[in-house]
Amino acid sequence: MKTLTPEIDSQPEAHQEHDHHQPPKGIMRWLLTTNHKDIGSLYLWFSLIMFFIGGAMAMVIRAELFQPGLQLVDPNFFNQMTTVHGLIMVFGAVMPAFTGLANWLIPMMIGAPDMALPRMNNWSFWILPFAFLILLGSLFMEGGGPSFGWTFYAPLSTTYSNDSTALFVFSVHIMGISSIMGAINVIVTIVNMRAPGMTWMKLPLFVWTWLITAFLLIAVMPVLAGVVTMVLTDKFFGTSFFDAAGGGDPVMFQHIFWFFGHPEVYIMILPSFGIISAIVPAFSRKKLFGYSSMVYATASIAILSFLVWAHHMFTTGMPVFAELFFMYCTMLIAVPTGVKVFNWVATLWRGSITFETPMLFAIAFIILFTIGGFSGLMLAITPADFQYHDTYFVVAHFHYVLVTGAIFSIMAAAYYWLPKWTGHMYDERLGKLHFWCSVISVNVLFFPMHFLGLAGMPRRIPDYAVQFADINQIVSIGGFAFGLSQLIFLAVVLKCIKGGEKAPAKPWEGAEGLEWTIPSPAPYHSFSTPPEVK
Amino acid sequence: MIRNLFILLALIITPASLAEEMPLNMTRGVTDISERVYDLHMTILYICCAIGVVVFAVMIYSLIYHRKSKGAEAANFHESTKVEVAWTVIPFIILILMAIPATKTLIAMEDPTNADITIQVTGSQWKWHYRYFDQDIEFYSLLSTPRAQIENQQAKGPHYLLEVDKPLVLPINKKIRFLMTSDDVIHSWWVPAFAVKKDANPGFINEAWTKIDKPGTYRGQCAELCGKDHGFMPIVVKAVSEQEYEAWLSAQKQTAEAEKAQAQAALSQTLSMEQLMTEGEAVYLASCAACHQPNGMGLPGVFPALKDSAVATQTDMLNQHLDVVINGKAGTAMQAFAKQLTAQQLAAVITYERNAWGNDTGDMVQAADINNHAKQEAK
Repeated sequence: MKTLTPEIDSQPEAHQEHDHHQPPKGIMRWLLTTNHKDIGSLYLWFSLIMFFIGGAMAMVIRAELFQPGLQLVDPNFFNQMTTVHGLIMVFGAVMPAFTGLANWLIPMMIGAPDMALPRMNNWSFWILPFAFLILLGSLFMEGGGPSFGWTFYAPLSTTYSNDSTALFVFSVHIMGISSIMGAINVIVTIVNMRAPGMTWMKLPLFVWTWLITAFLLIAVMPVLAGVVTMVLTDKFFGTSFFDAAGGGDPVMFQHIFWFFGHPEVYIMILPSFGIISAIVPAFSRKKLFGYSSMVYATASIAILSFLVWAHHMFTTGMPVFAELFFMYCTMLIAVPTGVKVFNWVATLWRGSITFETPMLFAIAFIILFTIGGFSGLMLAITPADFQYHDTYFVVAHFHYVLVTGAIFSIMAAAYYWLPKWTGHMYDERLGKLHFWCSVISVNVLFFPMHFLGLAGMPRRIPDYAVQFADINQIVSIGGFAFGLSQLIFLAVVLKCIKGGEKAPAKPWEGAEGLEWTIPSPAPYHSFSTPPEVK
Repeated sequence: MIRNLFILLALIITPASLAEEMPLNMTRGVTDISERVYDLHMTILYICCAIGVVVFAVMIYSLIYHRKSKGAEAANFHESTKVEVAWTVIPFIILILMAIPATKTLIAMEDPTNADITIQVTGSQWKWHYRYFDQDIEFYSLLSTPRAQIENQQAKGPHYLLEVDKPLVLPINKKIRFLMTSDDVIHSWWVPAFAVKKDANPGFINEAWTKIDKPGTYRGQCAELCGKDHGFMPIVVKAVSEQEYEAWLSAQKQTAEAEKAQAQAALSQTLSMEQLMTEGEAVYLASCAACHQPNGMGLPGVFPALKDSAVATQTDMLNQHLDVVINGKAGTAMQAFAKQLTAQQLAAVITYERNAWGNDTGDMVQAADINNHAKQEAK
């Protein structure tokens, strides 16, 4: 984001080429950019904006659920809020944040000057705002936007939805194309542009986890595109993929959707594993324990993710054999996930630990993600799942893995690499304030949801029985506090961009990796001549 | 906020203080299966807690004693195949131990054979329909919480949103098989006390079963997002002794016959506008207002308005009006009300729709007209 620093390319020839690549000024710099750092910043800002929009919708949901009875919104709008909140957080906040981090970090980590396919990189970002304009625009159509849940089960999303479904379908298509292009770019970059000596088993784990994530994306985003297209033709062109009257099957929708949906869950958590595996060793001043087992565990999780989709569908009436198969496979995922957690703990063990903000978020990640993993294991047990399914227990589970998992890791990454991106240290006191406000409020928000679910409160309802009132009130207060806490994060980021203590090339004592060998802020092209990795 | 944090704290420390209002754990339920599910749930919970305590204890020890500020120097180790194998194999064994009881319970749950009684459960937006096989008894079960309570104009009752006009009545100590299906979108029939949750899929039939140990009233809700009023389609089951069940069956049959006779009599009755409007309004609010709204305005883009609509105001479209209410409209959320309402109720509600909210057509429809319409169709 800053002008280039000449130290890195002292040869006059290289210098000339740089001047040629000098970015245009103003808005055109951002519209036409093919630079991985600019595009990374665009992705990250976009994700932050979406995080606040999706968060505002969550506030509407929690405000309506503050008390029993209908107070603020009607049930139809409530359903639109739960649906669009989910879609925005998944496709607008978490996924673009990871792509932004990949853009910023992968070239710097593997010793490359940029991403392999810079023009496609520009496209994959710039179609994204249009996807979300279409989705958000649909909220203002007659009858409102999508109201059938982010999982858009047929026939609720086909015969029984309103016409804005077409907009929903097209916006999901655009999001999918964007993700696929981003994934291709990541794969091509990692395979072809590693510095000499950067062998596979020397890759930083963030790069490894993103490589595997990219393959998952390429495998399942077309499946999502297929299923939304079937929804489109069922609704508007008279096909009967999901309509029994025409020979279709509504449960088939769920099979196809979750064949995308489950790997999608890992798409949103594998890069987190990479981030935590960078931060925990840095602040323990000790090498990551069990690097190769981390790589194998990531790959195992990715492969298993294709064999567990129907654990979202235990109540649909599958044969016992299928229920058992999916239960066993799902339980198996606990093994590689456990290996990861144990490795992080072993990394901490006998380290020399300090608690800067990135480390605080990383530690919270390990504990809270593990709690989410435990509830995930409970949900895998089919007979118990019959009681948990579609209750607030599930809501608690996936918010533990997505908010205190994925989002906390993104926050940790932002704090960790902000000095490299901006050239300034962030305000440590504000950062810690953000952490403590977030970690307390997020648990007040999500932990009591376990109790609501066990006591029998279904998810996706705008009003509830009076016995659930007290806990819902606590949850809502936690929600408002968590939402407000994120404004501190915005303040930290803005302050850090504007100024602050000058960051050295390597601001963290224990940090490892090529990105810390170049100055802060990183030069416009990270490595014009490849570094030698020994 | 402080006050609520205290409530939260109190909750964690003394769970009993709020126990009357809301249990903090899964119900044990009132069937053998539900108890087994509860035991399974508790076993896994304890195992998870134990693993959590061990892992977090090691972690917290490390965070306290291996701090740089305490002068800790980083060790050098970063690999150990033995340790990696150990923490791969041990969790695997624990998982197998969990899987064994889970498999047994699951196989028992999925065996609906040798049932004594079969009930067909049909979901539709937003009500349940129950049909007793071999008994010729069937009825709809609708939310009975008054609108005023939902809109906060009246104090909420103890069973707010968990009460219905006609509960499902079942005998205890009998194996009851449920056949689940749906008329429109996917619903899910869930009664926590029985540990039964099964999706009702349109065009397909799912099976589930229960055997209730204790008489009582058990409440549940639809557990699959099924549209606007998903939160407003509860399930109430009244479990009674076998004698009471038999008595209830014969009472139901008598009522059904009386209703049939009344319906027959209604065919020759001619009601006044006032009578039709009074009954029509009641029927409209119970069966139509969820979509078309109490003011007849519908929800633009989702559910059409009836106020000032062609079909409800133009005299030459009266036949179409009858047709759409009686037979529904394929490919939309409009249901066929012929089997949900009597001829007289249909006549009243159609009259109401043609004269309420300033539609003022003056048209009156009588039970006989409904009957004639059905007869014409048959030809």
